This record gives sequence, structure tokens and C-alpha cells, in this order.
Amino acid sequence: MINKVITADEAVAGVKDGMTIMVGGFLGTGSPEILMDALVRKGVKHLTVIGNDGGLAEGQPANGPGKTPRGIGKLLEHHMVDHIIASHLGVNPRLNEQFADGTLTYTLVPQGTLAEKIRAANYGLGGVLTPTGLGTPMETEKDELGREKKTVVIDGKKFLFERPLHADYAFCRASLCDRFGNFMSAKATKNYNYVMAGAADHVVVATEKLVEIGTVDPDIFAVSGVMVNDVVEGEPKWQI
Amino acid sequence: MADIKARIAKRVAKELHDGDAVNLGIGLPTMVPQFIPEDIMVTIHSENGFTGLDSMAEDGKQDVDVIDSGGSYVTTLPRVNFFDTATSFGIIRGGHVDATVLGAMQVAENGDLANWIIPGKKVAGMGGAMDLVEGAKECIIAMTHTQKGNPKILEKCTLPLTAEKCVNIIITEMGVMEVRPEGLVVTELHPDFTKEEMQAATGCKLIFSPDLKPMED
Repeated sequence: MINKVITADEAVAGVKDGMTIMVGGFLGTGSPEILMDALVRKGVKHLTVIGNDGGLAEGQPANGPGKTPRGIGKLLEHHMVDHIIASHLGVNPRLNEQFADGTLTYTLVPQGTLAEKIRAANYGLGGVLTPTGLGTPMETEKDELGREKKTVVIDGKKFLFERPLHADYAFCRASLCDRFGNFMSAKATKNYNYVMAGAADHVVVATEKLVEIGTVDPDIFAVSGVMVNDVVEGEPKWQI
Repeated sequence: MADIKARIAKRVAKELHDGDAVNLGIGLPTMVPQFIPEDIMVTIHSENGFTGLDSMAEDGKQDVDVIDSGGSYVTTLPRVNFFDTATSFGIIRGGHVDATVLGAMQVAENGDLANWIIPGKKVAGMGGAMDLVEGAKECIIAMTHTQKGNPKILEKCTLPLTAEKCVNIIITEMGVMEVRPEGLVVTELHPDFTKEEMQAATGCKLIFSPDLKPMED
């Protein structure tokens, strides 16, 4: 019988110091909290983390305070991150504190470009051409691995060439997942979860609800289980 | 100040058309929906992953799976559609968002925009702004005319750009300006200000339209 379900601690056992991981979520919404907790328990260090933002610190946001940090915020709270690749770093105060004390560095990537770089890695593309960022520091500054940016003119129109962004591990959050790893993420929790599932050597999905294979309408699943290595159940619904 | 912001938001609402898909930046632009006329259907795109945003969710009625791009819990309309980030920015870059309404730190007379970073200050990031101003059909800047008395509308931006030549229209408490080939054309002037006062608060030459109209409150 096909069964990819393991514990959160088993799912992060292979994560080593210095690895690159990507984490789904947008300001914590749609982040796999039980996998972040397992990484904190493991105590892995010097990570490069790819995500939309730095998650949330304890007590954020003001309109629905969380009792704990959220998403990547948990890794930042425990100083586990050396470099973050994200589109927005203004919300979680731990980010600028750690930039200031020199323990964390960053690469900013426009949100749509970040999604496309991850998608390119997932779908086997050599990169993407986008008009976003032309004439800005995105064109003149080096990328996340210190490489010069290139521009390409196609039929008279200029584009910025952006390389794929791949990770050792992708940590995604599902609302519903079966034992094979077919999954869907509800409403605004989709964000990066679908595009990251497949953009890493190892894909782990934490799910709110686990179902047996063949027990729900297959049309509900947005991502194929072939993209997923491990499934972890018990992801809680966020409490406010 | 509240009156000035409401004046700007109300004027922005007049730029929206029936059937438009619109993305609203954080801050002042989020005041725009309350001024959209009842008989006009506008669909608000939230770049974190849906079209069909309605309003802020009341306490006790929040759905923890539904936040807007500022991280606030919000409600959605019956015509809502949720999607992932790649799709969301495909909608933006593909020109399927009719208008984006954003604030700015600086705007140049040729439509260059700077609104994401002040070097040396705390790091925030562009989020979706670079994609939005590049991809949306119309880029509307809604902001106060000056920052502590200093002009924000300039011949050339001194801060790093969000995008080149992307701004179509600038709406401030003083009036409405359109970026045109001949320069920055003032189409409306608020009665609280004279042409000379508006020019003095601006860092580039303003061209007052021969059809100059008063900006309403």
C-alpha cells in the first residue's frame, strides 16, 4: 500500500546545516507550522531560506495576534538562517535586527519573479524572461548566488533573464492531502505551496486533513502526489 | 489629514470603470472601495492569491485562510477566485489587471516611480510592486503632494526606481496630473490651491491644461 505519511521529525531528519530550503506561506498564512517546529527541535543552522517574507514574530499581526512566531519567523527566532531570499522583509522585526547585527543577509526578488524562478526550477525551464525590474536595481545588482543579471531583447522588446531557483528541501502546507501526496491548499493558503512542490530535491507536505487514497473526488486536488516525497499529518488550523 | 486622504481616495474611485479588475496598495489606496459607485462593478485583486476581495473581516468572523496582501483578515465576494502566487502574478504581468493604485516616495515627470526603498534605512522590499506597475494597464499614484513640505513629484527620481515610465496619473490633495508625451499635465486643480502654489510644491514644470477643471472634495 502506498503511504508517504511519516512524522514531522522523520521528515526533517535529512536537513543538514547549510542547506537551502523553501517554505510556503505569505506572512505566515499557508506556512507548514509543524515542519518549522520540527526544524527548530532539530536545531539545524546556517540555512538559506526561500520564501515570500520572514513570516511573523510573536504577537503579530496587530489585528489577530499569534501566540508564537509563524512560518519562517520560527527559524529566525532561533537564529537558524544565514541568508533569506524573499520579496518582502519589512514585517517581521527579527529580520532587520539580524541584518543590523550582521548574522543574516538577504536577496530581494520581486514577488512575481520569485514565483517564476521557483516555477522554472519545478518545471525544468532554463529560466524566465520578465519585464519586471528593468531599469531598477534588479537589473544592475547580482542575483542570489552572486551572478550578474542578463537582459535579452526579443522582437524589439527588452526582458530581464531570471534563473531557476532550486532548493534541497521544500516545505509546503496542505489543507487536504491523501496518503500518496495528492493535495490542495484552501483559499489564500495556496500562495507558494503549489509552485514549490517539485522545486526541491525533497518535498514535504504538512496537511491539516489526511484522507485515504480514492476517498475524495480527485478533482479537488491541485498538485499530484508524484511531486511529493513525504506527508506529515496534524498541521493545525491557525488560531486567532 | 483624514479629509485630504478621503479627497484623494474619492477622486481615485472616479478613475475606475465598470468591469475593471483593480489592485490596491496598502495605506491610502485601501480607502478607495468605499467611494466606488454602487452601479459600477469593480473586482479587487489581492496579489497574495485571489480576485474578489470585499472588506475587512469583523472580529470573531475571520477566516484564518483568508488574508489580504497586508496580512489583514478580509472577507470575499461570491465571485471570489483563489489561486497560487504564480497565477496571481500571471494575471498581473499578463495585463489582466486594469489598474493598480499605489502610494509613492517619488514620481518623475516622465512617469518613473520610486516607492520601495530608501538606501541606508530599514529593509522592507518591493513585494509585488514592481510586477504591478509593470503589468497593470494603468498605474495610478495616490499620495500627498509633498513629504514634510518637500516635493515628491520631480524632474528625475533620486531614489532607486520601482519601474521606468510606468505612471499614468498622479492624484494628490492639490489636483490631478497626467503623464503625457509633452510632460506632466494638470487636468484638475483643487480650489484650496492656486496654480502657483501647486507649482511651488512640485519639483518639475507643470503644464496646466487649457481645460483645467476644479478637483472636487
